[in-house]
Amino acid sequence: MINLTIDGIKLSVAEDTTILDAAEKIGIRIPTLCHHPDQAVKANCRVCVCEVEGEHLLQTACSTAVKEGMVIRTHTPRVIKTRKLILQLILGRHPQDCLNCIRNQNCELQALVEEYGIRDNLFPLKLKGLPEDRSTIAIVREPDKCIECRRCVEACSVIQTVNALCVEGRNHELSISPVMSKPLAETGCVLCGQCIHACPVGAISENEQIDEFLAAVADPDKIVVTQIAPAVREAIGEEVGMGTGDMPMDKFVAGLRRIGMDYVLHTNFTADLTIIEEGNELIQRLKENGTLPMMTSCSPGWINFIETFYPDLLSNLSTCKSPQQMFGALVKTYWAEKMDIDPSGIYSVSVMPCTAKKFEAARPEMNDSGFRDVDLVLTTREVGRLFRMFGIDFDKIEPGQFDPWMGKYTGAGVIFGATGGVAEAALRTVYEVVTGDPLDDVNFTAVRGFEDIKEVEVDLKGITVKVAVAHGLGNARKLMDQVQAGESPYHFIEIMACPGGCIGGGGQPITKSNVKRKERINAIYVEDEKCPIRKSHENPEITQIYEDFLKEPLGHKSHQLLHTSYKPTNKEIL
Amino acid sequence: MNSYKDILSKHKGLPGGIIQAYHAIQKEFNYLPEEAIIATAKEFGIPTKDAYEVATFYSYLSTKPRGKNIIRICESAPCHLAGTNEIVATLERELGIRMGDTTPDGKFTLEFTQCIGQCQGTPAITINRKPYVDVTPEKVPTILAEY
Amino acid sequence: MGVEMRIVLRNYNKIDNSKIDDYIDTGGYKALEKAYNLEPIELIEELEKSGLRGRGGAGFNTGRKLRFTHGASGEEKFILCNADEGEPGTYKDRVIIQGDPHAILEGMAICGYAVGAKKGIIYLRAEYPYVADILKTAILQAKEKGVLGDFQIEICMGAGAYVCGEETALIESIEGKRGEPRSKPPYPPVSGLWGKPTAVFNVETLANIPQIIEKGSAWFAGIGDPSYPGTKVMTLTGDLVNKTFIEVPTDTTIRDIIYKFGGGIADGKQLQAVQIGGNSGALISPEYLDTSIAFDAMQKIGATLGSGAVFVTDESRNLRDVVCRISQFFEHESCGKCTPCREGTMRIHDLMQKICTGDGTKADLDLLTDLGEMMEVSCFCGLGQAAPVPILSAVKHFNLLDEERG
Repeated sequence: MINLTIDGIKLSVAEDTTILDAAEKIGIRIPTLCHHPDQAVKANCRVCVCEVEGEHLLQTACSTAVKEGMVIRTHTPRVIKTRKLILQLILGRHPQDCLNCIRNQNCELQALVEEYGIRDNLFPLKLKGLPEDRSTIAIVREPDKCIECRRCVEACSVIQTVNALCVEGRNHELSISPVMSKPLAETGCVLCGQCIHACPVGAISENEQIDEFLAAVADPDKIVVTQIAPAVREAIGEEVGMGTGDMPMDKFVAGLRRIGMDYVLHTNFTADLTIIEEGNELIQRLKENGTLPMMTSCSPGWINFIETFYPDLLSNLSTCKSPQQMFGALVKTYWAEKMDIDPSGIYSVSVMPCTAKKFEAARPEMNDSGFRDVDLVLTTREVGRLFRMFGIDFDKIEPGQFDPWMGKYTGAGVIFGATGGVAEAALRTVYEVVTGDPLDDVNFTAVRGFEDIKEVEVDLKGITVKVAVAHGLGNARKLMDQVQAGESPYHFIEIMACPGGCIGGGGQPITKSNVKRKERINAIYVEDEKCPIRKSHENPEITQIYEDFLKEPLGHKSHQLLHTSYKPTNKEIL
Repeated sequence: MNSYKDILSKHKGLPGGIIQAYHAIQKEFNYLPEEAIIATAKEFGIPTKDAYEVATFYSYLSTKPRGKNIIRICESAPCHLAGTNEIVATLERELGIRMGDTTPDGKFTLEFTQCIGQCQGTPAITINRKPYVDVTPEKVPTILAEY
Repeated sequence: MGVEMRIVLRNYNKIDNSKIDDYIDTGGYKALEKAYNLEPIELIEELEKSGLRGRGGAGFNTGRKLRFTHGASGEEKFILCNADEGEPGTYKDRVIIQGDPHAILEGMAICGYAVGAKKGIIYLRAEYPYVADILKTAILQAKEKGVLGDFQIEICMGAGAYVCGEETALIESIEGKRGEPRSKPPYPPVSGLWGKPTAVFNVETLANIPQIIEKGSAWFAGIGDPSYPGTKVMTLTGDLVNKTFIEVPTDTTIRDIIYKFGGGIADGKQLQAVQIGGNSGALISPEYLDTSIAFDAMQKIGATLGSGAVFVTDESRNLRDVVCRISQFFEHESCGKCTPCREGTMRIHDLMQKICTGDGTKADLDLLTDLGEMMEVSCFCGLGQAAPVPILSAVKHFNLLDEERG
């Protein structure tokens, strides 16, 4: 342990603790901008500087390890003056139209400027004049807002290993840009949106489509039908002043009706359906010597990643569409039929934790229903804004219920939102289908949690199935390199593009650290436990859809509506 | 593409050799074309991102096309004091272009540079890194005639 | 005092730099042999005793740097020669290499033996391809003669970035990356090139080492100012009669350098200011001319010895214009990594441009001071910390708002 003094308070902390963390332990928050708890220390914004006795230079709290006997002052007049001047320098290059910024009131820079009482501009505003990038349907870049902290670059290159963003140029002309200064769409960007979470300001955001939604609601000829993805409920409360996981499902449903959804259904239903199709596909591949390991295909960021970086492994992907797209194909066929609604009038809106889902819904091939299967994707954040716009008080709102035919779900569908959840859900079903025996314990805890790569072996009475789970594309890359080298021992691999899985998706409430992601994961398993049914194949609406419509897993109808194919993106700049 | 490959194959495998490879490519092409940066990244087994970040950092590397002969005029204080402005004006007049531009025939590019380490003979310029010292407006045409 | 003393320039223009035998004939490579007969630690002690301090600007004790690198664990270690001189008005490393390339190679090999490194790399600025040719010839000949034993030396060309003179930025550049400085600690002697123990030395520092080993630490320690013993190569630029380079003991005064070696101010004018050490040096007013150039003496007057550039402006010059030009240099050369340097250098240049137009106000000077003082203590590396020095000294000691002279 190291003994030191911070602002007159004596304390002991473990070796290698930074000044920043040591101060936090005694309730002193030192301001930061480039610091990110899940990333390497950068020490480039310099707003965390402190005075350390005996040092002529101010020391950055984020990068300086404590030493025995250190005496630190975190808020001296000189420190405050320095921080204010640095903030002024940043403000001098940052647009000051905070009122109409997507990150208004949720901006780290804005918060610091407020805390430090900056009331005037010391320097004339000098913007770079870089154009907005709206080249993709999912992500918008406003590079003039960028403060060059580099957190997005690290999220993209180190955590996701996508390397779409880079540091370009030097001196005051330095900018953060897509590689080769290309529009984002021309880079290897997979639209996972992790850069959005990393950004302390509003330089990167989702392509907001609230106006399109409101226009659809206003259109009397449109019947607006929505699906809610797993992982959204766990996080949506954060957007309306509740704790993580605290939004009750029935109030969420009621809220969605309030903002104009005519029917509210659940993606968890098609998550259960995915398990039936994907589980049977796995069984088929195991029995018929198909391509193994089979890899999951629900995460559109991951699909973009493999199509871009590992096109030779596309045949390993399950041909199952994601739950969103299965839902889209069914809502304008099966559901329309059941409800006796003309599918041409259905406007299908999905509520997703994900930015890449916007791209997935717009893929040209996603029209198997005879229409655009999913017309619009709103992220959790956009729905949060709609809830606030509509002035909904969730304490007082009357609970609502899902509409029939595609609204029932099991715990297996719920856990799709967390890393390991798809694998666990699949194992719950595959085990019982293959062995014919009921599972003693449906909890496959080995695939839960935040470890980079998790694995489990399951004995299906004769066949041992080896399963690996990775979240975050850097971890996915490790597994793919192994497959490419012919050294993968696995039969089944679950990949989710985002750290923690969908609960950490690019469309979720701005999440600076994995601590929040872990809270959401916990909320998911709490919900799973509460579900009366926890195995996909026991969902009565699933039984019904096979009886009435699909007939059998992997059957003709399934292939027509629920399965898809993949192709390489052939991108050059990787 | 082949010519990048030839150049790159000589530098391949040298740890950190990317900057040296860029110098070699620029010797042939006067700048780093986009395909060259992509090819370099592939050859060194690094993401294009890393290759591009390096290409945009250094003053002597350019991602924009430049002329065959690059004239660099030192604008650091000692040269400035000794009359850089006059040399700039003369070069701009002689070549009919402004600083930062390339002559229409692609023969010359005019760039500013910081100190080139020839301060015993200010003002100093370099053409393709060959130094010329104690440059005067009168000497400029003779110097240009070498190219 | 007031006499040149050539240690690192002893062979300048006396031997043919393309002939290793010329160097050997003057006693070259004897020091390396002598070093081999010492235990590495004895060698390091000898250098420590000599008091030799880095000639690149930071002035760190060379022997101590070797000791740290020697003590660091690791099979593979590196000796790097920093030949990225980029301080405006400085060309000493060029003349030292042009005069005596083998002295650098020998110095590196001695350091390599001291720390247990088998590989040395000379990081040479892009502006010096003709110097690279000299070094290549020297390395080839040394290899043919076998004088360096199993110590290998390579050249790595920079690509135009002043910040690469900062040792960790230099290491990044050798690794083929953007030349941005690293967080310290760890320092290079513990984790440098490719994460291996690495000692980085300036050209002039290395050129001194063979002489110290040959003639002994006591000899060296007795030269010049005891706090910074030896000589220093100074390059004289600006409004001087003799724009030249000299090598003088470190107790030489600024006055002697300007008036004796520099021949005084050109055209019979008066001195207005002298900046020593390159662009990041303070602007010194005539009242301090009797200060010696020794590291600590310079620090006492708020100046630095730095690279040894001596840039003189006469009374007729518009100092605002000179300071503006200096600030433009830093704006251009900031690597852009940290906020105070990236934005601060740009704002200082903007303010200086405004002052140059005659529209400057007292408030602008106050803002310059605030910016400068902030940068000195908060920038990531030495570049940003030193960039405001000339500006702060100009604001303090000269009248930048004066229409007449400025």
